[in-house]
Amino acid sequence: MPPLVMDPVTKLQLVKYAGASGDFNLIHTDVETARAAGLEGVIAHGMLSMGFLGRYLTDLAGPGNVRRLQVRFRSMVRPGDVLTCKGTVQAVAAAGSDRLLVTLEIWAENQRGERVTAGEAEVYVGGPPEAPHG
Amino acid sequence: MSIDPSIIGRWSEPQVLEVERGAIRRFAEAIGDPNPVHRRGDVAPPTFPTTFGYQLPLPPLPFDPARILHGGEEYTYERPIRAGDRICCVRRITECYERPGSRGTMTFIVFETEGRDPDGNLVYRAKTTWIAI
Repeated sequence: MPPLVMDPVTKLQLVKYAGASGDFNLIHTDVETARAAGLEGVIAHGMLSMGFLGRYLTDLAGPGNVRRLQVRFRSMVRPGDVLTCKGTVQAVAAAGSDRLLVTLEIWAENQRGERVTAGEAEVYVGGPPEAPHG
Repeated sequence: MSIDPSIIGRWSEPQVLEVERGAIRRFAEAIGDPNPVHRRGDVAPPTFPTTFGYQLPLPPLPFDPARILHGGEEYTYERPIRAGDRICCVRRITECYERPGSRGTMTFIVFETEGRDPDGNLVYRAKTTWIAI
């Protein structure tokens, strides 16, 4: 599947995400708090990178066509990091008479190629007219 | 340090949360999602139910919030979530277990959240894993 390169993560984005999500853990927005927790500086919400993967899926399958999205948060993401969403098709199954359920391996990797957030998803795809229906 | 085993498996009091169009818009903007269906606030992006989690009560946990990491998240959707939806949410702890880690014992806490429409139909499920270090 075509990769999706996100804009670099910014501190402003982390403040916006904190407000929009309700996750006010200060390690994401306040340097003093992050340092007291043993970090060099603020780190992104894991759920922000999962949000990127959610966008990747709805870009591919359309809004409302995600059946399942599962991830593990493997590495920290910091402001300035550039995440790229990638995925591969694992399985395709008929879901009713007119659409398919596609199982994907998906992940977000940083500019060093490290998979920071990775998991699996299922999306509904309308089958093309020539595709066999089950 | 372990949690009180009696809180495992017990559902929280149901809480009805209203999905506001403006909240969907702000969420879509924050994650950098340009899709007009999300930007207009018509349909919520897939990870929007994370906003419900912060509005639900949490049983008391004997861990410093600054030492809790988000280990993983899973959402399963029965249908899209839309502006104007009223979703009745409940949450429970389903598992709590310890594993040795490089910086001492890690405690894994697994939550399950369920959201239903006013007729009782399931809308989504979430499984959240926290790691206390």
